[in-house]
Amino acid sequence: MNGPGDALATVELCKNFGALRVLREINFTLPHGCRHALIGPNGSGKTTLINVIGGALAPTSGKIVLEGEDITALTADQRVLRGLTRTFQINTLFPRLTPIEAVTMVVCQRRGIGASLWRSLKHSHDAIDEAYEILTQLHLAEDCDRPTAQLAYGRQRLLEIALALAARPKVLLLDEPAAGVPQQQSGEILHVISSLPDDIAVLFIEHDIDLVFRFAERITVLVAGRILCEGTPAEIAADPEVRRIYLGDEVHA
Amino acid sequence: MTAIEIPSPAQAPTTQERAHRVFAFTSRWRWEEVAFWLAAVISIVVFPTHLVLIAQVLITGLFALSFDLLVGYAGIPSLGHAAFFGIGAYTAGLLARGGWTEPISGLIIAGIVAGIAGLILSVVVSRLTGIALIMITLGVGQFFYEAAHSARGITGGDDGLSGINIAPIFGRFPFDFYGHTAVIYTLVVVFLLYLVARRIVNSPFGLELKGIRENVRRVPAIGVPLRNRYMVAFTVAASLAGVAGALLGQITQTVALSSLDFNRSAAALIIVMIGGMGTLIGALVGAAAYMVAQDRLADLNPVYWNFWVGLMLVLFVLFARGGLIGGVDRLLAWVRAKRNKA
Repeated sequence: MNGPGDALATVELCKNFGALRVLREINFTLPHGCRHALIGPNGSGKTTLINVIGGALAPTSGKIVLEGEDITALTADQRVLRGLTRTFQINTLFPRLTPIEAVTMVVCQRRGIGASLWRSLKHSHDAIDEAYEILTQLHLAEDCDRPTAQLAYGRQRLLEIALALAARPKVLLLDEPAAGVPQQQSGEILHVISSLPDDIAVLFIEHDIDLVFRFAERITVLVAGRILCEGTPAEIAADPEVRRIYLGDEVHA
Repeated sequence: MTAIEIPSPAQAPTTQERAHRVFAFTSRWRWEEVAFWLAAVISIVVFPTHLVLIAQVLITGLFALSFDLLVGYAGIPSLGHAAFFGIGAYTAGLLARGGWTEPISGLIIAGIVAGIAGLILSVVVSRLTGIALIMITLGVGQFFYEAAHSARGITGGDDGLSGINIAPIFGRFPFDFYGHTAVIYTLVVVFLLYLVARRIVNSPFGLELKGIRENVRRVPAIGVPLRNRYMVAFTVAASLAGVAGALLGQITQTVALSSLDFNRSAAALIIVMIGGMGTLIGALVGAAAYMVAQDRLADLNPVYWNFWVGLMLVLFVLFARGGLIGGVDRLLAWVRAKRNKA
């Protein structure tokens, strides 16, 4: 299943919270450069899956494989250095730091100078320029020197992605990147996501079905901690069970 | 030097220049810093009868500064920081007792011993957060206090260590009765360590400490090994606190059991609150305000001065969250805004 062509794979991944089985035998593969959506009703385990893959939670059993390497035992920060980065559904930012500081922190860490106590940050021009470049890509250049807490909510959502991109991931996990952003304003976020470099494999959770069908090359439907089905958007749209369990609810809602 | 270009409104800085300026601005010498160090030098000349107080302000300031690195930068709360101050003080005292009377190497050894103690503790502490972390540091502080209390043979127990002989600095400047050597020695050491702390907070590591303070949950998700950063921060802070303790031991030629007292840990927190957390210089300004107030108030009423300290603290927390430094910054911003309007 998880051939060398896959950026990420999970093998029989399970997560229990006490007696509650939140993830059940998740076998999932993400090929290089793929745009893969994870959908499912509330409480189906989507965010838990992101937390387990990203390393914030340890799985109860099963394996996580990144580019052919078993990373199950690695901590979250070690996974980031190997090219697996995530964003958060609820803004998880640095309120009193400016975007340029926050992104420069990630760049320094990736360049291996994060632990340096003696290097002058002010004179680390390369790192600052690289951080600035990333902020420019994400349309945040104009806001780069304002404290994060003062940025509009939509801008903060973009910064969420900027922090993850600064780690130069091979696999990017996006947990509802447009969550809470009014539909009229979500265009910018979608544009950013759709113009991500092709070599990054993206796994994203999204509730807006229109978005999912527009951007995803493949879709996995998670229901009650189990993979219900997986396929191309057309296949998923045609699947009667998905229509009944998931899409059907949307129609009635 | 190139000619100074006067920026015209038409040449507003580009966003990229503004990005770089964020870092230049954060690491700039604030005028409060310049003012504090000038005042420290001037006060030695102007108040020759208060040299002991001046030296103690600087030492307490260094101790509070080491605490600010932990609390104000990394956001790691501690109520047992006096342990490292005391370890440094006893190390310096015992070294001198044992015949190692050279002061500068004594300071360095005390700093290393306190740093090692900090490193060992940080292995435990870095696994914890919140109340558990505060409780552990409190417990460790009490542990060292009682250990020193009962180990009479080594520490002198309640009596502490006294009559410590310290050799002249560089073999040339003996510690004199008036405290001239002591205050200049203290000033130079504290200033140099201030420069070191300044360098650290303006490094990539310093930025990561602020990141940990601002959002401890995000930090692992951007690749920062949190435990390692906790451990380094704890070790550095412990080491600086140890040097502060050693300085006090050397210049007073005594080490009191109170160097390990919980009150000292609490004072560090109060001083950093008064001065302004996460500013470094706030620790020194706060130490000056706290100790001068203590000195004056104790003259007025030796029993109840803590009442005034308590009141001051409440007022600061309620009305001046950024402490003295934050208050001055706001005042200046207000004045500037008024002037721009006029």
